[in-house]
Amino acid sequence: MGRKAKFSLDTKVKKGPGRKAKKQGEPEIPNHLTDGGKIEKPLSRRQKQRALKRAKKHADLAEKRKLARKSVKQQSIIKEPEVSCDSNVDSEEEFDHESTGFTDGNQSWLKPVTRKKGKQLLESDGEENHSHSEASVEGEGDQSDQEQMTLDEDEDYKVETLDDLNQNDDVESGEESNNNDECDAADSDDEVSDQQESDNNNSSNESGGIDNDDDLLPVERAAKKLRIKQKQDEKFAEEELKMNVADKDVFTFPSESEPEEPVGLQEVQRRIRDVVAVLSDFKKLRAEDRSRSEYIELLQKDLCTYYSYNRFLMERLMQLFPLSELLEFLEASEVQRPLTIRANSLKTRRRDLAQALINRGVNLDPVGKWTKVGLVIYSSAVPIGATPEYLAGHYIIQGAASLLPVMALAPQENERILDVCAAPGGKSSHIAAVMKNTGVLFANDVNEDRIKAVVGNFHRLGIVNSVISSYDGRKFSTVMKGFDRVLLDAPCSGTGVVAKDPSVKTSKDETDVTRCFTLQRQLLLEAIDCLKANSSTGGYLVYSTCSVLPEENEWVIDYALKKRDVKLVPTGLDFGTEGFTNYRHHRFHPTMKLTRRFYPHTHNMDGFFVAKLKKFSNNIREANVEKVETSDT
Amino acid sequence: MKRLSSERTKLLFEKLSKYIGANVKLLIDRPDGTYCFRETKNRVYYVSEKILLLSTSVPPENLVSVGTCFGKFTKTGKFKLHITALTFLAPYAQYKIWLKPSAEQQFLYGHHVLKSGLGRITENTQKYQGVVVLSMNDLPLGFGVAAKTAAECKHTDPMSVVCFHQADIGEYIRSEDALI
Repeated sequence: MGRKAKFSLDTKVKKGPGRKAKKQGEPEIPNHLTDGGKIEKPLSRRQKQRALKRAKKHADLAEKRKLARKSVKQQSIIKEPEVSCDSNVDSEEEFDHESTGFTDGNQSWLKPVTRKKGKQLLESDGEENHSHSEASVEGEGDQSDQEQMTLDEDEDYKVETLDDLNQNDDVESGEESNNNDECDAADSDDEVSDQQESDNNNSSNESGGIDNDDDLLPVERAAKKLRIKQKQDEKFAEEELKMNVADKDVFTFPSESEPEEPVGLQEVQRRIRDVVAVLSDFKKLRAEDRSRSEYIELLQKDLCTYYSYNRFLMERLMQLFPLSELLEFLEASEVQRPLTIRANSLKTRRRDLAQALINRGVNLDPVGKWTKVGLVIYSSAVPIGATPEYLAGHYIIQGAASLLPVMALAPQENERILDVCAAPGGKSSHIAAVMKNTGVLFANDVNEDRIKAVVGNFHRLGIVNSVISSYDGRKFSTVMKGFDRVLLDAPCSGTGVVAKDPSVKTSKDETDVTRCFTLQRQLLLEAIDCLKANSSTGGYLVYSTCSVLPEENEWVIDYALKKRDVKLVPTGLDFGTEGFTNYRHHRFHPTMKLTRRFYPHTHNMDGFFVAKLKKFSNNIREANVEKVETSDT
Repeated sequence: MKRLSSERTKLLFEKLSKYIGANVKLLIDRPDGTYCFRETKNRVYYVSEKILLLSTSVPPENLVSVGTCFGKFTKTGKFKLHITALTFLAPYAQYKIWLKPSAEQQFLYGHHVLKSGLGRITENTQKYQGVVVLSMNDLPLGFGVAAKTAAECKHTDPMSVVCFHQADIGEYIRSEDALI
């Protein structure tokens, strides 16, 4: 036994840093390096004096502005301490200017004026946001005034309005913090010691707002903080809500450049859903500048990507199905139909077969009430195509859909029946079984390799009334005519059995379909010619394809109706959707309703088309149809 | 499609009578019409005359099979029965061998039948008698030749062969291309 190799868990994810891995801290860069190579030099006395003057000038200017605003607002409550603080701050500011060149931390701290402005506004009416914007504007004004401030400083200003300020405050030199404290002391507030701490803890954006809390009671400050926080929360919540709403309802059309980028399948799927939602209520949800065709185009492209169809086929399918049904169809086409078998009534009964298979560990059920020979296999302990029962010919593996044409054909005993395209013999053998090995069954297929499968199946199933030939179906009337019934299961593009053969999705294009329906028309006319018009029991032809495209179905039948003296008759199948009488610009014969279509998503069987025709005479309508035909194609 | 020559007919009937004995004439004289053996490309087909008549209209080169193929004449001039003949051999068979379920699979893969797999055997089966092999629930599996008499089979070693394999229904899968 040994240890089990866990191939699925090929990459082992480490849980922690490891016992021995010592975490290295963030590198500390000395201040003089981060300063962009600025040489630090203590300011000379003259310089200091000049700076002082400058600062004073700024302060005066600011004072004037402030006074002007105050006069407008008629505010005079806490003016006194404010002024005193102002003077303090002025000195503080002076100091700041002196220390501009030292460190980044200092630079970032250089905003006394801004703070003042903010505070005043806050005090005046408590509009935090407003004061904030004001403050930042003021700050910029200051900045422009100070000629030695660099771009770095500018950035710092911006940063300062964010939380980072608090960090910077931490790094402040002792002197400055002292200075700050002094200011606080002047304000006669009792939280000198935890000034910085409170700054740190505060998560709000507004440096100004916090700093000018100086002259409020701690309770008030806390309340203010809380209010700010609440407001922020509300804002975030609103944004989030908006984002969600946008996600759900409003679909934004991607710009022209966007579709070029490769997007994930998930993304594509979501977009498909969105576009379908938009198209379902186009008037309300559309983007004003986008037309429906643009949406359709986008949807088509996305569906092609998501389900890997080629454009041609997807276009046809989109023309064929309404949108909701289209998605169901595509989804159903991805999934395999359940495996079904047909009990060979020549050798066994369905009940006996079911019992024998159950004994072999097969889980099965009857296909439905509409057939007496079908069984659906859910699971099996043995290969269902190699049990002794299979080899003895008690059943054949056959899709549920391929029982339908034979049921529609309704063969009678002692008839002469032709299957034009017989391989691999599923439907033909069903016909023989229904005829109970009487009469004659001609099983023809043009492909000599595939006809071998017919031979094998017929012998295995014990069919003795057959003539198996390999002849071109388009010339079969030269071999023999006068059949009572003919089954034409025409070769087709296979768009109904995508689950069986996914290569259809990409390999079929316009010319393939054209070739298909040309061949189908020829075969159908030939099959009608083989039919005996005045047969006492029959004279019926069943045409079936495993395609869902109307080009290969209704259109072909319509062509035959024009060319030969045949009429559609009910198929005798009590389920399935009616065939199209109108499809795009085509207007088919009204009796086309008698044909039946079967879809993977509605009937859980392969996509199928069944039409039953009765021949009334051997007349060939050539002349009058010729014109119609030219106008049609 | 041509009639069998007299010596070929003799060969064929000799072969058939090994398995179904006197029942051969039941194949010829049937209540539901006349049936006949016809030969094409050394293959022998057993078919109703009515169907045979209709099949004549199909060009020989396009005709693949008519009715049931019984077997072929080999190049050495012997007749070889195909598994496809089992449809008619099994109901008329005089001597039969039934296999235990455990031995079914072995036989279907083309192996001889061992004493250990022998479920039942027709009394008084002679040595080298043609037998039809069935499963215990009477499903015809193929045919072969008895290697021992029924009496010998009772006392023989479990690993010894009691029936030589000639054809089995596993060929429908194993050699579908060379079926006829």
